[in-house]
Amino acid sequence: MLYRENGQFKTTYSADQQLMPIAQDRWLMIALVASSFLAVPLLASDYALRALIIPFLILTIAAIGLNILVGYCGQISLGSAGFMGVGAYVAFNLTLRVPQLDFLVVLLLSGGSAALIGIGFGIPSLRIKGLYLAVATLAAQFFLDWVFARIRWFTADSSSGSVSTNPIEMLGWTVERPVDKYLLVLGVVCLLTLAAKNLTRSYIGRAWMATRDMDVAAEVIGVRPLTAKLSAFAVSSFYAGVAGALWGFVYLGSWEPAAFGVSMSLNVLFMIIIGGLGSMVGSFFGAAFLVVLPLLLNQIPGMVGIDLSTAMKSHMESMIFGGLIVLFLAIEPHGLARLWAIGKEKLRIWPFPH
Amino acid sequence: MPLAIGRLRRHWPVVLLAMLLVVGLVAPLAGGAATSGFFLEVLLGGLMAGVLYSLVALGFVLIYKASGVFNFAQGAMVLFAALATARLAEQFPLPLAVVMALGLMIGFAWLVERLVLRPLVNQSAATLLMATLGISIFLEGFGQAVWGNDIYRIDLGLPKDPMIVGARLFDGGILISREDLVAASVVAALVLALSLFFQKTATGRALRAVADDHLAAQSIGIPLNRIWVIVWSVAGFVALVAGLVWGSKLGVQFSLSQVALKALPVAILGGLTSIPGAIVGGLIVGVGEKFADVFLGQALARWFNLEGGGIEQWFAYVLVLAFLLVRPEGLFGERHIDRV
Amino acid sequence: MNTTMPNWSDWIAAAACAAALTAIAAAEDAAAAKEQFIPLLVYRTGPYAPNGTPWADGKQDYLKLINARDGGVNGVKLTYEECETEYKTDRGVECYERLKGKGPTGAALFDPQSTGITFALTERAPVDKIPLITVGYGRSESQDGDVFMWNFPLLGTYWTAADVLMQHIAKKEGGFDKLKGKKIALVFHDSPFGKEPIPMLEEGARLHGFELIKIPVTPPGVEQKSVWLQVRQQRPDYVLLWGWGVMNSTALKEAQATAFPRDHMLGVWWSGAEPDVKDVGEGAKGYSALTIQYGAGVSNVQKDILKYVYDKGQGTGPREEVGTVLYNRGLLIQMLSVEAVRRAQEHFGKGKPMTGEQVRWGLENLALDQKRLDALGFGEMLKPVHTSCSDHVGASYARIQTWDGSHWVPGDLYEANQQIITPMAHSAADAYATSKKITPRTPQDCRG
Repeated sequence: MLYRENGQFKTTYSADQQLMPIAQDRWLMIALVASSFLAVPLLASDYALRALIIPFLILTIAAIGLNILVGYCGQISLGSAGFMGVGAYVAFNLTLRVPQLDFLVVLLLSGGSAALIGIGFGIPSLRIKGLYLAVATLAAQFFLDWVFARIRWFTADSSSGSVSTNPIEMLGWTVERPVDKYLLVLGVVCLLTLAAKNLTRSYIGRAWMATRDMDVAAEVIGVRPLTAKLSAFAVSSFYAGVAGALWGFVYLGSWEPAAFGVSMSLNVLFMIIIGGLGSMVGSFFGAAFLVVLPLLLNQIPGMVGIDLSTAMKSHMESMIFGGLIVLFLAIEPHGLARLWAIGKEKLRIWPFPH
Repeated sequence: MPLAIGRLRRHWPVVLLAMLLVVGLVAPLAGGAATSGFFLEVLLGGLMAGVLYSLVALGFVLIYKASGVFNFAQGAMVLFAALATARLAEQFPLPLAVVMALGLMIGFAWLVERLVLRPLVNQSAATLLMATLGISIFLEGFGQAVWGNDIYRIDLGLPKDPMIVGARLFDGGILISREDLVAASVVAALVLALSLFFQKTATGRALRAVADDHLAAQSIGIPLNRIWVIVWSVAGFVALVAGLVWGSKLGVQFSLSQVALKALPVAILGGLTSIPGAIVGGLIVGVGEKFADVFLGQALARWFNLEGGGIEQWFAYVLVLAFLLVRPEGLFGERHIDRV
Repeated sequence: MNTTMPNWSDWIAAAACAAALTAIAAAEDAAAAKEQFIPLLVYRTGPYAPNGTPWADGKQDYLKLINARDGGVNGVKLTYEECETEYKTDRGVECYERLKGKGPTGAALFDPQSTGITFALTERAPVDKIPLITVGYGRSESQDGDVFMWNFPLLGTYWTAADVLMQHIAKKEGGFDKLKGKKIALVFHDSPFGKEPIPMLEEGARLHGFELIKIPVTPPGVEQKSVWLQVRQQRPDYVLLWGWGVMNSTALKEAQATAFPRDHMLGVWWSGAEPDVKDVGEGAKGYSALTIQYGAGVSNVQKDILKYVYDKGQGTGPREEVGTVLYNRGLLIQMLSVEAVRRAQEHFGKGKPMTGEQVRWGLENLALDQKRLDALGFGEMLKPVHTSCSDHVGASYARIQTWDGSHWVPGDLYEANQQIITPMAHSAADAYATSKKITPRTPQDCRG
């Protein structure tokens, strides 16, 4: 009743091909974006911004990147945190050694260098398929871990290997308050999500999906595997690099090589599996799930009145998290995005059952 | 002669790899390994470390062979089995504790089949992989919640002090760890037992049938669900043995599950469907890793003025990557034929 | 027909509830006014849990003791909340953000229990005005209080530890001149914690002529075969163990397996506790490690804790843990924190909860003489501690203890040579100040 397309006729091809053909979708999206930019800064507390919303947004960028590689192009990658690290360290070195650069340029350059490294480590994907490719990406992860821990140039010869960043200078504006940081990250997320959505609807996106579904058949019909796979690695690593730079500069402020270890890679992979492979909105859901769940699990026992030791809370967190993953996969292997899509389908015919 | 050259040219990747291996083994000798005695020590140490990795990798192979699932939870299973044994051994005599832990692993296998594999039957490999990751997280939390976070002891009565042989031939002698020797013989015995199990017993044959084609196996009446429980139980038994061996060597604590990260490249190198592959893969990775860390790592540190090497972790993966580029299905893996 | 509309009895019930809740809230506020909140960042899970747990237990037990025995600090009760960080920086930062505002005056001070988390919090502490107490860890250059106003590496830093270790080796060899030509290997945890002593040791190598061999161990350090193969190849005279968590016991086991003499192994004070040696047992006999002045043992304060906390069933961990090395260190850390609060109260108002800024002043003006330490029950455990504006360490003694197969046997007490360390810390701190555009404080800034 509310969500029907009755009366929405398209008279041009471009109107038909737009991102959101249903008017209600458009209004909803405008409302969402407007409230994110205007209402959230006013209403959210500093703690919520710093500890919940900003990490959620940054991890969404990483999740979108990995989703492009794993969900759209079908290449299993366990090394996304390594590419995030590349972005973070390149950004650190640029702001340190070339301080005149605006932070937006730094972000672009760190994403770009991560993309180059991603292409390099993506080359084995032309020969190795499926699960075995996970080894190649893990090799990337551990190698990059080692490079940042060992080669002192990257950490500006810091004796401890730990780096710390100065406040971000962007377009003449110093990004220091949580609200400023939030707006910066939100802007980047909006831009990158739009770009990713359009990429997946274009020729290259179709090439990725063809490679995922049956790469030999795709090659037969003329999709170049080299272009498809390496471009997926490049775009995915670009997103990871930007996410890493933001993670280091906006969220952590100071980090050591262990911050971009294999557990972060696995976390990003969880996000997209739970959120839904091959779906943009799924990346958002997955990231939200991963950021909010540990905090919820931490607070709920206290609220309900059960007194658990911190160790037991941490173990319960692991157990519930692992259990939920299995549960989600059993109920809906296509993730939260599929549940969302089902919801929208139901809404279209509501209040009728079918 | 032309025939031989023709063969060499066709298999040029293998030839190249073999040449690199020979160079890699000879170079440390030429480039200043103090004496060839130390070289042998590193070689032996690498072989034995490799055997221990293959012990964990066997679990991966068993489950992948029979159900096509890559079991990310193998490390957590090793940890859980070791924790159970160590803690039960505080109350009961060790053999009884081992048997009880085995019972727990069989129960776990049954639960996994019932709660995870059955609902997810026919899903894609990625989904099953993620499900095992979920199991791994769950098991790590559960094991620690029940058994605790401290470092626990498994005392198998193995000798801890090394023996030094050939002190007359080589300067300082060659150090051989007796504990590792015992572990290596345990692995050999286990592999023998598993081979006999798979070849000679009816259940073993049924497992091989399921691994080959589970629809065909089902059609001749092999109960798939029970077979999966058996496979996961056998993998649980292997995890228990691995837990005992590694646990007595390193102590039983949460980080024991990280050993699986080292065993993963071993399983993949050998080809995920081959038991001898796991052993050979383990030996190659073990030796390669140790040589790289001791000789290449120090060389890198000297040339680039780094604070030491520590390249072991990524070198294992890069080594496996190099092998995979030559043989994308692993050394002994089945060649995968894509039909369009 | 049914009661879909609330009638007047519903409204009265609602009003009563609202009144009750307001009363409770008001009462809580009134009670909360006389409380000092102390956040406890801990890790009881993960690869570092065996060492993190007794530390956390010691910290909590001391707070319970002060509340039970003394009724708080001048009547102000100490409240606390634990937050699990798993030794990870992002979790530590999240815990910090969540706990920093709790309590009537906010968190008093933070002990992150991790060098990595300390680095991250060092950026935030000056903004939120909450001091960091990093006893025996953290940034070594933060002993310079002129730059690092909010960091307090009391009782020792990694540089003082490295210096004392070199002093001990020199003593064993018969003098600093005998160090020339010797080989000392540093087996270190490949993290900021492990790399911190390297500048100090390299300085020592330059001064005394020994060769420093650096062998990193990839965290968590559960597999160290190649590390010890390298040790066997290099045949160093001494191995310095700079590990944490499982890495320590694995190192000792591998040392035994490669027949490296354990009495030539020396550990930093984070590598010398019961979890590290207990399951190696006889195999670690002869291994020595540093302690921050006192190792294992039951002194007066532990007896008080057993009496006032454990006998009442309020103990945090198992009773046998009281008096172990890391438990005692937790007691030390918490005692310094509580004394800082007390000192702040003396200056800013007795019987009132202190803000972070006031506690910082307390930490900077600690004056614990022997009499006071005896009264607190730490007389046997600690030498007098005096901090000042520029000196945020307070005392830099360390004692060697040796494992005899079943117990830690205390040995000699050394004092770190601040003549070398203070200038190094000062120049490193100045470099940090330049990069962060901080102006170091002058002596005039320090008064009040």
